[in-house]
Amino acid sequence: MEKAIDKTGVRIGMWIFLYSEIILFGGLFVLYAVYFHNFPEDFATGGKELNRIIGTINTLVLLISSFTVAASITAVQRQKTGQAIALILFSLGCGLLFLVNKYFEWGAKFAHGLYPNSDRLYEEGPGFNIFFGLYYTITGLHGLHVIIGMILLSISLVLVIRGRVTAQRFAMLENSGLYWHLVDLIWIYVFPLFYLVL
Amino acid sequence: MEEEQEHQLSYRFLALILGGLVVLTAVTVGVSYVDWGFLNVPISLFVASCKATLVLLFFMHIKYEGLAIKVSFISTVIFLAIMISFTFWDVAFR
Repeated sequence: MEKAIDKTGVRIGMWIFLYSEIILFGGLFVLYAVYFHNFPEDFATGGKELNRIIGTINTLVLLISSFTVAASITAVQRQKTGQAIALILFSLGCGLLFLVNKYFEWGAKFAHGLYPNSDRLYEEGPGFNIFFGLYYTITGLHGLHVIIGMILLSISLVLVIRGRVTAQRFAMLENSGLYWHLVDLIWIYVFPLFYLVL
Repeated sequence: MEEEQEHQLSYRFLALILGGLVVLTAVTVGVSYVDWGFLNVPISLFVASCKATLVLLFFMHIKYEGLAIKVSFISTVIFLAIMISFTFWDVAFR
């Protein structure tokens, strides 16, 4: 006898976890809102240090990877395993590209003396220091989520290749996809708040 | 147990959503070069929320989910709004 699978229940479980992630980042956005209100000038100076072009490229990379992950689920539903594998591999490539960009972006900040506990942050005043504290905390936590999302997608990829994720049963890929979209969702708010409004 | 209807979205439709997201990204980057004064934050948060809505409804399939996920998601958003706005009001009008 086949084991019955509660497909809706599997998704609800994933969503409940995603709610906790939303609240986790929400807490950090509260800190951002409060300190932006207290130190608007320092935040504006800090925001001008960030590279809009790298930010925009990373936004597009994440949006495209979200599309390919969503498309990979369609491919699995249509039993086009080859297409699904290609789409997941492409998404993983996008995740890697995002992290490489982030590496160069953080590297450039370090070169300008903008790193936690640096002399420059200490001298430029509390608001400037808090801005970069939040910048490293939020983009760092987000980067960690990108890495976890890539691990989940890699596991799903292996399961697709081994034929364990099928048109009848693809909850693992679907939930990894949901996680990946959440990472995209958070970046959609991080990008304007740090790179654009200041 | 009855067979659940799985919703399938075509590549073309998903690509259309991606197109919308790219256009909104261009809009938010474009308007950021103009100084709208105190409207800077509301404008970019509004565009970001439009993008988030597209991702949630179609990439994350919320549009095709049952009531349990829809209602619990909206409750989370309401809770988040309360958490952010009440904390912020407390600080702003202290």
